[in-house]
Amino acid sequence: MTDTTSTSTGNTTPRTAPLLELRGIGKTFGNIRALNGINLRVDAGEVTCILGDNGAGKSTLIKIIAGLYGPTSGEYLVDGEPVDFSSPRQALDRGIATVYQDLAMVPLMPVWRNFFLGSELRRGVGPFRMLDVARMRRIADEELRKMGIDLPDIDAPVGNLSGGQRQVVAIARAVYFGARVLILDEPTAALGVKQSGVVLKYVSAAREAGLGVIFITHNPHHAYMVGDHFVVIKLGETELDQPRSELTLDDLTHHMAGGAELDALQHELERAKDPQVDPLHDAAGEGPDVQGL
Amino acid sequence: MSHVITPPAPSPGGSEKALRLGRRSVLRHFLTRPEVGSLVGAVIVFTVFFTIAEPFRSAGAFTNILYASSTIGIMAVGVALLMIGGEFDLSAGVAVISSGLAASMFAWYFSLNVWVGVLFALAVSLAIGFLNGWILVRTKLPSFLVTLSMFLMLQGLNIGITKLVIGTVSTRNISSMDGFDQARAVFASSFTIAGVEVRVTVLWWMVFAGLATWVLMRTKVGNWIYAVGGDQESARAVGVPVARVKIGLFMTVGFMAWFSGMHLLFMFNTVQSAEGVGNELLYIMAAVVGGCLLTGGYGTVIGAAIGAFIYGMTRQGIVLAGWDNNWVFFFVGAMLLLAVVVNGWVRTQANKR
Repeated sequence: MTDTTSTSTGNTTPRTAPLLELRGIGKTFGNIRALNGINLRVDAGEVTCILGDNGAGKSTLIKIIAGLYGPTSGEYLVDGEPVDFSSPRQALDRGIATVYQDLAMVPLMPVWRNFFLGSELRRGVGPFRMLDVARMRRIADEELRKMGIDLPDIDAPVGNLSGGQRQVVAIARAVYFGARVLILDEPTAALGVKQSGVVLKYVSAAREAGLGVIFITHNPHHAYMVGDHFVVIKLGETELDQPRSELTLDDLTHHMAGGAELDALQHELERAKDPQVDPLHDAAGEGPDVQGL
Repeated sequence: MSHVITPPAPSPGGSEKALRLGRRSVLRHFLTRPEVGSLVGAVIVFTVFFTIAEPFRSAGAFTNILYASSTIGIMAVGVALLMIGGEFDLSAGVAVISSGLAASMFAWYFSLNVWVGVLFALAVSLAIGFLNGWILVRTKLPSFLVTLSMFLMLQGLNIGITKLVIGTVSTRNISSMDGFDQARAVFASSFTIAGVEVRVTVLWWMVFAGLATWVLMRTKVGNWIYAVGGDQESARAVGVPVARVKIGLFMTVGFMAWFSGMHLLFMFNTVQSAEGVGNELLYIMAAVVGGCLLTGGYGTVIGAAIGAFIYGMTRQGIVLAGWDNNWVFFFVGAMLLLAVVVNGWVRTQANKR
């Protein structure tokens, strides 16, 4: 892990300790081992991609990083200090923001209310402290424009936005609230090609701004477009852990798809083809006769 | 805030969308308000009774309607907040009676100033609300089951304890006890505006509805209430204290139940321990007619107030029109069905743009 790319720290001062580090993280639910011995390092200005099939343990890992679960074993360090989060709020306070697959947004609420949910701006004193509606609406609008989306109506319920727009609102929110590490949980999973492109652009914009990004996906093509470092998780364990310089898209796709297992499967399928081919040829031979009638 | 994202080229998706959407007109904006359906309903009901029932047109009749509305409306304020927060409370109807009984019997049994009983009842009501919320949060059971259990238990306790303490099913008349007159002034007096007598509960109803609307629209807690009702998991993920909000909402219903119970007690001097059953559904009716979604996250307290007003008009209007009183519930039920259908239709139409 120590030989990872330290050159990509970009416009921030080089740190001795990474923004976020996991050492030998494990998690069990009863007798089910969801994660085992996971190492992860996130530096500022770097996109770390976590790839894995469904059920590989990606979601469990994010939940540990986000502070929703505590790990059963291993160490979790932020800025080199061990931490033990008991709620997402504590992780947020250390600058670790998660954009969940469901985006943690309330569909029926207006965009600006969602933007500030849980961190509302207020004015006034004592029991009469009230929401600073004008300021929240203005800031939400400004921040979204900065991200390049111009919503026609900041009062529209979030449920009326497109999937890509919702993602960007969630990312803009995390960045505005001082995120240093941005965890994106499958941001492109439910999106079309164009919308995915929009989201990937913001991922790279966030990296340029000096944030550490953890990008969870099961799409190696999306990952390879923005990633600096790749970790593939399989059945709760690290299958691959390499910087971009040592990896090609084909390698990544190969590992992601199951690597050696897939080779074996392919081999097996090729053998199985032969006996099926003959009857097909026979059937094809009867074709013209039937049509001739 | 500390980071400046380099603005990527404005996404074609965004501007294209903006071109296609345009701004919503003011009328459309108004039509997306949750209480529009109930407002239209209120106008229709008012017009119908105004036309067919001559006694309905007097100012005195109007204040009677307001009074009937306020008795349901005060509770509907709490129930609407709770419903927006994603839960409902079937124990609210009997909890009103529990509160009245607690105040009356505590003061009577220990021969205390009635205000001591009033405070005791407040503690009891808040405790009932807390218990509802706490059990809900801890067991993660649906509020239907938790509050149904509470409803049945309270109904049993109401009659059982009253029989134990008093020996009959209703409390003793407390009108001659210390502090009764002051308490009556607060909870059950009336005042005169422009020669018409208005019950003080109408005023309280307006105060509570106004306060709740302010909290809902302009405070952090209000934002949290919508969030908790709209999507509990999302709310939790961004740091909203979901459990505290829910318990707080149940305790708000408890507070309103206390107020309604005090009104009953100081209005009639005694409390019948078996009453209250079925009223919880009227409160829910008022909130739903007013545009609150039963599933939470949507609605307003103003809507619930209009819902209660529709109930008040129907109730008094049928009497004033000289019809059989038993038809009240048929009309209230039909109104509920109609309101739910119209509210849903208006919402989808307005959102279709």
